[in-house]
Amino acid sequence: MIRLEGVGKHYPGAARPAVDGIDLLIEEGRTCALIGPSGCGKTTTLRMVNRLIEPSSGRIVVAGRDVTAADPVKLRRGIGYVIQGTGLFPHLSVAGNVATVPRLLGWDRARIAARVDAMLGLVGLDPALFRDRRPASLSGGQRQRVGVARALAADPPVLLMDEPFAAVDPLERGRLQREITEILRRLRKTVILVTHDLDEAIRMGDTVAVMRDGRLVQHDRPDQVLAAPADAFVAEFLGSDRALRRLTLLTAAAACRSGERPPEGAPEVPAEASLQVALSILLGSGAEALAVVDGGPRPVGTLSLAAIRALAAGLPDPSGAVARSPPLV
Amino acid sequence: MVWAIENGDVLLEATLQHLALVGQALAISLAIALPLGILAARRPRLHGVVMALAGALYTVPALALFALLVPLMGLGQGPALVAIVSYSLLVLTRNVAVALREVPADILDAADGMGFSRGRRLLRVELPLAAPVILAGIRLTAVLQISVATVAAFIGAGGLGDLIFQGITQDHGDKVVAGAVAASLLAVAADESLRRLETRLRLATGLAG
Repeated sequence: MIRLEGVGKHYPGAARPAVDGIDLLIEEGRTCALIGPSGCGKTTTLRMVNRLIEPSSGRIVVAGRDVTAADPVKLRRGIGYVIQGTGLFPHLSVAGNVATVPRLLGWDRARIAARVDAMLGLVGLDPALFRDRRPASLSGGQRQRVGVARALAADPPVLLMDEPFAAVDPLERGRLQREITEILRRLRKTVILVTHDLDEAIRMGDTVAVMRDGRLVQHDRPDQVLAAPADAFVAEFLGSDRALRRLTLLTAAAACRSGERPPEGAPEVPAEASLQVALSILLGSGAEALAVVDGGPRPVGTLSLAAIRALAAGLPDPSGAVARSPPLV
Repeated sequence: MVWAIENGDVLLEATLQHLALVGQALAISLAIALPLGILAARRPRLHGVVMALAGALYTVPALALFALLVPLMGLGQGPALVAIVSYSLLVLTRNVAVALREVPADILDAADGMGFSRGRRLLRVELPLAAPVILAGIRLTAVLQISVATVAAFIGAGGLGDLIFQGITQDHGDKVVAGAVAASLLAVAADESLRRLETRLRLATGLAG
């Protein structure tokens, strides 16, 4: 759990605070994507959590402890940290890099060696092949995997990620986003992810927090933010294709009328496909409805163009595909 | 050549004396420049002051510096050592400071973010990564000191410079050549061996391919 209470950062001589009284609650095991235009204070906010930047006001509670009262060096050993350039140590092997925090914590050799192999396996790098290699000999994606393995090595409950995949090529980025999200969910890590990439925020965040000029403008689930932007700024930041983006968050199975027999000759869509895919099939085929299939003998149900349209508009949803939740801020 | 072959023992002794002088000067320079360079890398204002002072010392011609030191310290190995050290301090200190400042910022950020203390970060991250550039500074300093030590014979430092100065006053060309060639070989050998060490260190730090 990470809780920010009225957290602010005012640099002496600056006209306005870099971060202006932010309240933010990230529940245990959840990932919050901090997003906003450059200069909005998202990185400053992130760096105050492990006190690389000292807050000028407010309180930050991580896993039940007030970080502003803790010894910063010890505090940071308990918080995973992943940055854009990876910051891997070029003079150490992959294993040496992953072992960094366990070594700082004084673990014994055998425990560290076992942990390093386990972490490399976790992020999809064969320990036998990668353990002794140098960061310089790795691809961008592999380096970032090592960066994540290093951040998770001492099993911190909380992880801070600052534009972690910005330097990775697009194809590898998508794969990394999916794999790392899955790992973080499985390990129940509480994560703050700073990004300027809306797709990344939507794909990885359980919640999305939009910042502007040092203030938190909106904090909600991705589909909620996309459906109901708090103001004109958020709407513009999300882009006029936000309705389409939102469809990537919903599956055909969740939006279809289950049990309803599809019209004769209706095109099929897999149950786990996103509504964006379903819409594409509808538009491509000219049909009004799709048969949602899951490999069973009969279709699961019918997905109509009208249902997708209603969902995209954020109208009350007849099928209950998007469960309403209370505001998160 | 004839002189060098007939006086092999004299030449050897002068060479060893030269080496000992430079070895001591290098050790003292390092002991001063390393902490000074580390401090200067952290404090921009101190950096300016150190560079200005060391730069001023370096600008004074070596022989003039020696001459200026004589009234203060007299003649002999001690004053020669002081002169050699002060003359080469700039190169070494500047290299240490520059080497530390060149460590990439994202690596330092990662180290801080993972919970390195200041001292540990210096020992485990900054110095290892700065080592090749620091060694380059040591190489330059060693070569500089070998050459300056030759001139230091003028104020009683001994070594190969003695042979050269004696040769000149005795109008003994062979002796001059023997001293000069030996000093040059010494410099080349020091340069080459330290350069090899530097290359190996660069590979070890993974910063160069």
